[in-house]
Amino acid sequence: MGKARVFGWGFGAAAAALLLAPFLFSDYTLTLLCVQALLALSLAFVWGVGGILCFGQAAFYGLGAYGYAVCSLNGADAGVCVLGGVAAATLFAVALGAMMFYGRIGDVYLGVVTLVATLILYKYMNSTAGSEYAIGSARLGGFNGIPGFTPLYVPGRPDWPITGTALYALVALSLLGCWALCRWLMQRPFGRVLAGTRENELRAELLGYDVRWVRLLAFALGGALAGLAGVFYAVWAELVTPELFSLGTSADAIIWVLVGGLGGLAGPIAGAMALGALKGLLGAQQMVSSLFVFGALLIGVVLFLPRGLAPMLVAGVARLRAPRGAAHTTHTAASGEAER
Amino acid sequence: MSAPALASPVVVEALGVSMHFDGVTAVDDVSLRLRERELRCLIGPNGAGKSTFFKMLSGQLRPSVGEVWLKGRRCDGLQTHAIARLGLSIKTQVPSLMNALSVAENLWLAAHVHHKGEAADQRVEQLLTELGLGRLRASPAGALAHGQRQIVELGVALATDPWLLLLDEPAGGLTHGGVEHMAQLVRRLAARITVVVVEHDMRFVRNIAQTVTVFHQGRVLAEGDADAVLADPRVRDVYLGREAA
Amino acid sequence: MDATLADLIGLVYTIATLALVAAGLALVFGLMRVINLAHGEFIVLGGYATIVGVQHGINVWLCILVVAPLAVGLFGLIVEWLVIRRLYGRMIDTMLATWGLSLVMTGGFSMIFGSTTTGVSNPLGAVSIGSIQLGGYSLFVIAITVLLFVAAALLLRHTRAGLIVRAAMQSGDVAAVLGHDPRRIYQLTFVVGSMVSGLAGGVLAPLTGLAPSSGAQFIAKAFITVIGGGASVVSGTLAASVLFGTVAKVFELLATPMVGEIALLVAAVVLLRVLPQGITSRWLKGWA
Repeated sequence: MGKARVFGWGFGAAAAALLLAPFLFSDYTLTLLCVQALLALSLAFVWGVGGILCFGQAAFYGLGAYGYAVCSLNGADAGVCVLGGVAAATLFAVALGAMMFYGRIGDVYLGVVTLVATLILYKYMNSTAGSEYAIGSARLGGFNGIPGFTPLYVPGRPDWPITGTALYALVALSLLGCWALCRWLMQRPFGRVLAGTRENELRAELLGYDVRWVRLLAFALGGALAGLAGVFYAVWAELVTPELFSLGTSADAIIWVLVGGLGGLAGPIAGAMALGALKGLLGAQQMVSSLFVFGALLIGVVLFLPRGLAPMLVAGVARLRAPRGAAHTTHTAASGEAER
Repeated sequence: MSAPALASPVVVEALGVSMHFDGVTAVDDVSLRLRERELRCLIGPNGAGKSTFFKMLSGQLRPSVGEVWLKGRRCDGLQTHAIARLGLSIKTQVPSLMNALSVAENLWLAAHVHHKGEAADQRVEQLLTELGLGRLRASPAGALAHGQRQIVELGVALATDPWLLLLDEPAGGLTHGGVEHMAQLVRRLAARITVVVVEHDMRFVRNIAQTVTVFHQGRVLAEGDADAVLADPRVRDVYLGREAA
Repeated sequence: MDATLADLIGLVYTIATLALVAAGLALVFGLMRVINLAHGEFIVLGGYATIVGVQHGINVWLCILVVAPLAVGLFGLIVEWLVIRRLYGRMIDTMLATWGLSLVMTGGFSMIFGSTTTGVSNPLGAVSIGSIQLGGYSLFVIAITVLLFVAAALLLRHTRAGLIVRAAMQSGDVAAVLGHDPRRIYQLTFVVGSMVSGLAGGVLAPLTGLAPSSGAQFIAKAFITVIGGGASVVSGTLAASVLFGTVAKVFELLATPMVGEIALLVAAVVLLRVLPQGITSRWLKGWA
């Protein structure tokens, strides 16, 4: 049961860190970092556990954000808006996933299709300037996006807004909750079967598992989580633009997961927060382009640290703590590390 | 090595199945009938169509022509996982396990198909003991020696409680002792379920075989009792230069 | 009638641009199964090389046809040595590393050239055919693309080098056993592919303004065209370009250019669903 204890400590430490962080950093920035961490978590689950390389996680992120904005401008209650955003993202994930998995397309082609799907959304949203592009009373606004929707409030009580520190608390708690949910799922039969399909698709089929259905469920969950992240982004930024659908956003998610450590959940979450902070710092200066740094980081990780930073750090800590020969135990148990 | 009871029902029927790939005919009008708890060996040179035939039974390939019936159900054209759930289990020619996962986890995934909760864990324990894999339970499947992998694959194939077991080269790469051990396991299994074995190792075949079907260039060349078939001059011709042990 | 002719030439032009943009990537993917996601930035690099060349007084045609390919070819040599060759056989890792490279290049462009859009003026004016006016440069683009593909087809089918390349495409091991080092072949292929990308960038420079982020518009279309085309370099790319180019042009004429773009992407998704291994997995096989 070593892994459960490790998780317990890690989770506890993370919760404590999130609790104390607002005393050190602005909760405005922290909220964004948590949103990005949630996006990273969604991809970490789909890719790390499910083995599905999605180049377009941004699609669900953007749909969640736009979904919230559109619902809000059409006068819906905040709770409905949140559900609307998540639903939009999830439905798209189900549709796209069904088409891909039931078409039995392979690895690379999955990447292409998800890339193209995001691109389609990006191009489309960028072209929606003009009053004829509207859903109800919400104009899509082309590349300027949708501003001016109501910030989040307690469902049913528009006079109780959730902003600032309260929003941070909500997002941080949601992040922790979703993380725990994913972790729980990984130990359940569903998660174990999903890991099996990742390791050897043919073998899983030959045992009797409908790999298409298992993947669809995982993909839909990933879409829902990314959609929730998108909803939180919308209420944090109070503006949604087509940039949310860009290749840049998808690339960010991939870099966070890879650097954090493909196969785990904690690594990508930490990776997203650390790299998000790094990007913020880089953005503040003009000398070195942040794209340059992140690109180099991605190349470096692929070439030299294919398992990401987190496993290296964990192994390093384990070596410091345990006596020699105890390293074997890290290989046991229900959820194996993913190979790319 | 008792002969199958002639009164047993026919549980597997392949009727005139053929497999055409882009101008190559891998299997050509093969008809085969298996009775309950029969132990059948398929032999023949490389490329004779044996593994392809297996894939048509398991659903990995859809026959270009012909029908496959399992226990009275038409199965050609069904999805692989659907056929597996009907009770067919296959150990593939190319070793196929979840390499990064432990032996116990591999077995659990197989057991979980038909056993839920506690029952799955119990089945895993049972298999670990029966197959002597206890001390390997936590090892990643990919780290095992070849012989051990073959045993684990057999375990995985059995964990789904199949009534039809297809074994594609179970003795492949095993030492003499390993081959003996595998033959024992297979004979024990054949007393309970229908087993079909594809093999090249003639010692193994002689050790276990009741009825043998010889494949050659996609067709059935000869079929019958093991000794008779292996003494057949046509079969010897096809195996030119090979010692039929 | 004249309008239809103009539209027809417009269609050929759309197909040609698509094929030209995809060519470099197709060569590298067809032979090495490497997907260079920085391909768009390679094209942009060709464009910048042309601009810099022109700024230094070199004749614009020379820049387009010689300077750009050479510059990007050299860059490709360095990239192959530093990154690509360490990831052979690892397709997903190559995609990720080259995605990182595209970010590096985009960032690099903005650091070196600034983020404003620059360009080269169109060296050819309008041309009259019958009663319609055509951009002379459009005809040049079509001509270059045709030349490029004809040359590629001839080289691959009728020369010894082409035979070796095609053999290596089928099996690196066999080629090695026959005395041809596959690694050298791959290196050469990547460099040639880079040169073709550079040429595309040079050719397209007078047409579009160049900004550091221009690469993104190229990679998506090239990627889709190459994957849609399948394993055969010449016939696959041409087939996919014709298909997607036609879809894009038709929808552009029916609605707006943006609709045309989106229709192209949708067509790609549909094609991959129906033919997951690309067009040439089913038709025009073995044409190279």
